[in-house]
Amino acid sequence: MIVAVVAAMALLSAGALLCVVRLVIGPSLADRIVATDLLLVFLACGVGVYTVSTGRGIYLELMVVVGVLGFLGTVMVARFIERRGA
Amino acid sequence: MVLDVVAGVLLVLGAFLCLVAGIGLVRLPDVYARMHAATKPATLGLLLIALAGMLQVDDPADITELMLVVAVQFLTAPTGAHMVGRAAYRAGDLLGHETVCDELAGVTDVSAAE
Repeated sequence: MIVAVVAAMALLSAGALLCVVRLVIGPSLADRIVATDLLLVFLACGVGVYTVSTGRGIYLELMVVVGVLGFLGTVMVARFIERRGA
Repeated sequence: MVLDVVAGVLLVLGAFLCLVAGIGLVRLPDVYARMHAATKPATLGLLLIALAGMLQVDDPADITELMLVVAVQFLTAPTGAHMVGRAAYRAGDLLGHETVCDELAGVTDVSAAE
């Protein structure tokens, strides 16, 4: 079990690093908001892996909040791009 | 014991799918393709990790909460990606060089730049 948890955390960290790369180099604002949204999904996945490793769901509320916040941020920036263009 | 092994396999598989999403985000040519790479594998990966969590938690209320997480993700990920894609197209975001068909060209009043 500990092997699976460590491997999953390593894979998630590598993916999050790639997200940060796209967040830094992304040419347009749309690229950056897609990368931010995916980064929040990675955060939720990390909380899920922590929950599996301990067996207690004390941080599960964080998963819900992160999911909703990612969606709200994406919608807000999409509206902003449509109004202003960029 | 068996449940532990199943949960471990689901965990690694879900994390691997999330890594695939990250790789696609860096390697794909334009924002529309990146959008697909960011939503589809990551959503499935989150589902698999949540399934592993459902196998491991003790409290039934936690299982309900994990189902809520999955439901929220499945409802919001396509909606958000669609809104970002529409906004990017109207803002004139470039299509990749390998795009062979732009069905919105000439349909909307703002078409993407060459």
